[in-house]
Amino acid sequence: MLVKVFVTPRKGILDPQGRAVEHSLRSLGFKGVSNVQIGKYIVFQLSARSAADAREQVQKMCERLLANPLIEDYTFEVEGE
Amino acid sequence: MKWGVVRFPGSLDDNDTLWALNEVMGQEAAILWHKDTSLKGAQCVVLPGGFSYGDYLRCGAIARFSPIMESVARFAADGGLVIGTCNGFQVLCEAHLLPGVLTRNRSLSFICERVHVRVENAATPFTCAMRQGEVLRLPIKHGEGLYVAPESELRQMEERGQVILRYVDADGRESDDANPNGSMHSIAGVANERFNVFGLMPHPEHAVEAMLGGEDGLKIFRSIVESVR
Amino acid sequence: MSRNPVSLPGDPPVDPEQARAHGLAPDEFAAIQKLLGRIPTFTELGVFSVMWSEHCSYKSSRKHLRTLPSRSSLVVQGPGENAGAINVGDGWVAVFKIESHNHPSFVEPYQGAATGVGGILRDIFTMGARPVASMDSLKFGSFDHPRTRYLLGGVVAGIGGYGNCVGVPTVAGELMFDPSYNGNILVNAFCLGLARSGELLSARASGVGNPVLYVGSATGRDGIHGASLLASAEFDAESESKRPTVQVGDPFTEKLLIEACLEAAKTGAIVAIQDMGAAGLTSSSSEMAARGGVGIELDLDKVPLREPSLTPYEILLSESQERMLIVARRGREDELKAVFDKWDLHAVVIGEIIEEPRWRAKWRGDVVADIPVAALADQAPVYDRPIRPAAPPALCPARVENPEPAAALKALLENPNVASRRWVFRQYDSIVQGNTVTGPGISDAAVLRLKHSRRGLALKVDSNPRACALDPYLGTIATAVEAARNVACTGARPVGITNCLNYGNPERPEIMWQFAEGVRGLRDAALALNAPVVSGNVSFYNETEGRAILPTPTIAIVGVIGDVSRQVPSFFREPGDTILMLRTNPPRLAASEYAAMFGASDRTLARIDPEREAALIDALVAAAEQGLIRSAHDVSEGGLAVAIAEACFNPGRLLGAEVDLAAQGLTSTAELFGEGASTIVISVSTRDVEQVIQLFSDRSLDCRLIGTVTAAARLRLLPFIDEDVRELFVRYEQGLPGRLATND
Repeated sequence: MLVKVFVTPRKGILDPQGRAVEHSLRSLGFKGVSNVQIGKYIVFQLSARSAADAREQVQKMCERLLANPLIEDYTFEVEGE
Repeated sequence: MKWGVVRFPGSLDDNDTLWALNEVMGQEAAILWHKDTSLKGAQCVVLPGGFSYGDYLRCGAIARFSPIMESVARFAADGGLVIGTCNGFQVLCEAHLLPGVLTRNRSLSFICERVHVRVENAATPFTCAMRQGEVLRLPIKHGEGLYVAPESELRQMEERGQVILRYVDADGRESDDANPNGSMHSIAGVANERFNVFGLMPHPEHAVEAMLGGEDGLKIFRSIVESVR
Repeated sequence: MSRNPVSLPGDPPVDPEQARAHGLAPDEFAAIQKLLGRIPTFTELGVFSVMWSEHCSYKSSRKHLRTLPSRSSLVVQGPGENAGAINVGDGWVAVFKIESHNHPSFVEPYQGAATGVGGILRDIFTMGARPVASMDSLKFGSFDHPRTRYLLGGVVAGIGGYGNCVGVPTVAGELMFDPSYNGNILVNAFCLGLARSGELLSARASGVGNPVLYVGSATGRDGIHGASLLASAEFDAESESKRPTVQVGDPFTEKLLIEACLEAAKTGAIVAIQDMGAAGLTSSSSEMAARGGVGIELDLDKVPLREPSLTPYEILLSESQERMLIVARRGREDELKAVFDKWDLHAVVIGEIIEEPRWRAKWRGDVVADIPVAALADQAPVYDRPIRPAAPPALCPARVENPEPAAALKALLENPNVASRRWVFRQYDSIVQGNTVTGPGISDAAVLRLKHSRRGLALKVDSNPRACALDPYLGTIATAVEAARNVACTGARPVGITNCLNYGNPERPEIMWQFAEGVRGLRDAALALNAPVVSGNVSFYNETEGRAILPTPTIAIVGVIGDVSRQVPSFFREPGDTILMLRTNPPRLAASEYAAMFGASDRTLARIDPEREAALIDALVAAAEQGLIRSAHDVSEGGLAVAIAEACFNPGRLLGAEVDLAAQGLTSTAELFGEGASTIVISVSTRDVEQVIQLFSDRSLDCRLIGTVTAAARLRLLPFIDEDVRELFVRYEQGLPGRLATND
């Protein structure tokens, strides 16, 4: 199965990178941009018994390693069987 | 006394810490390899600076799962003294041996500079050889030193005296300019509730010889020696 | 025994067209066929294209480089190995070299600069020395050129990103902005390492039957035809499309590699070792075999791959980073593997040393390349390219302005070519490894201490492209003696030189003339300074659409201080101290920063006498060793007025200076703001003044009392300048960050 994990800064956490990128986009003329967040996209293959089992594993991965809950939120998608 | 300096793949200031402890202070410090579990009788464990695992994913996020860290956690739970400098501080936070987390500097740049920090609590094993309010001059060199914790937790930490070092200017005053990385509350170093685990972003091991820029780092190591005595 | 190697299905036909596409001239292609006795396979063509490229073979420069002096009583290793080595005393050997990574940095600044640092580090630790300090010489286009800020930001971030993570402090450097580099920036990376005497490793393969080990990262498609192709051809509009061939570095793996290699060296099981740099596996294997007069056979199936589908051509030409090739003592491979295993690095036997001096590669049971080793090394072409002197270009504005001295001083201090480089160097870890006595921005050269010794090393890198444009011979001498002066200003005696010679297209006689004259100048300077050239690098083809960069020989000098606690800073220390000026020739406006800003009609460099320069350096070091010098600052960009202003910027507290220029006859614009070898501003305690003046005049050197250091922070260069030092300091500090902060 193909797993896609998106890790983003938690709401309210200072995101200086996001701010810098927002400023740059605006300087380039894209005036409608707001709320830029810079996160991580982690993708990998996972062999699991079922999609439900896969999701359980990925949740644990996120909580243990892939995201730091103090400063990051995460979502993920599991594709294929 | 005996010291153990942990070496992860990518640790950099491990050798400099050994030099400071063994050559400058005449202590007995040994390297603790990340794959081992023995602390070799250390009375204080040091997690040194560097880029363990390249700082990949998040600083210290991978190092915290090393076999040696299980021993370090048990040692800390039993009241043993642990000090983490820079990357070591990051590892301690990821391992939940200290509250909070270190994030990217406000300027988004790596900064290498000598800064001033004020001793906010001189009643810990890491600061007992210093005076309350004393100002130290120590080098920093990091890209991720912005300390973050929930505001409610920070308030409690301040009340309990867990904030050990704060960035200040040469005259000992806190200000935005004196805060090199944007840390909340200008925090440069914190301790756990039991005051046996201490993390700081500045590098005391790089302030032990006058010829190389200053000796204020010795005060921290001397405090530890005194506490163990 | 050599069988004809096979072509592989899918290999394009090998003909002169194909050869040309590989950067091989028709006569080179003919020579290859003659050496092989047949047409090369496509794989072999790829191998020749990289080994015979300018970057790897030095075909245009070898003839001239042979004239450089490379010996002294202190030289442990001269040119011929991966870096040079000098005995610096107390059992320490300093291993150092400087190398260019110009073209990749222009195409992808972060990775280009990062992999440049990675590459030079490997050249050092492959000799068995632990890298302990880096320097970088950077040249960008004019500050307001549209690409400059992007390139500057990327390169500095790349150097910091790699150097900081790998744990080698960046202790000094050089930064210049000039329109000549608009289409071709220069990134020259220097590294110095330390080894104990007798522990150096070699890259000379030997021992028939000895296994060849591949260690480090797996091989991917990085940089195929990267350094070799990019460095051997000019830029044109298609250069952007060469982007995918830039290598990507991993400093974390490099750090592991450093530790593993140094640990492996201690086993004694390493016969020879070389890093896989430009032309990766091909160059490392063929060069090690060539040095040892042996042959080598590689089994490409054993090479660790990032993607299984790599062809032999790709495996051989890949410039994937962080890989080393080791010839091991037969029977001791497992000892070495255990060390690399501990550090979680690949370590695989991929071949062996053979008696017949052939370079052979096998893949899936077939021989895909079989070439006489000499054909790839010594028998690579050596050219004696034609030279023709050329008139120097116009370097400065046609119109000559005459600003008031105070206004000129302020403008110079703010000029990004003069102003404080703090914005750059605070992004670099300059203290890791605990040896930095004087880091960036404090003295004229960086100073490192040697552990378990009283000695220290001083390092500086310098270049002077404008002077070299006016006179490639004198300009290069000026560059070398300037680097030596800077080292001497800290109290260190220059002991060795490494150089990175950056020029345009050597197929143009005027460029070849610049190069030949530059080498001649470096030779004369090195001889006079008694500082041999132990290593170096040449970067040609730094031109875009026929416009070459200014000739830029970059010279790095290493010096030794007997007692590092006596090192001398560049700033004034004590109010009341006497300011003295040392001089060999009067300064000139030719090639100066002042001239570049305000114009000048002078286009003639001073006639530098290298012997006299060496005498000045010798005297300064002698005086420093006797503890007589409180501060020493070489006069360079901006001239005397800027140098005295900078000397007031004591990091502990700003000081002032009271200098009566009129009384000394130092009243012309050239005296105030001119440059050129040599003028040095020193400060001396009043009780030592007589002795110091005597010391210099005994050697027939010009040493004049010009003023006094004052507690009041005012810069008084009477009658022209009377300014608040703090205000000048703010301009100096803000010069670079201020210009960077303004929106595009």
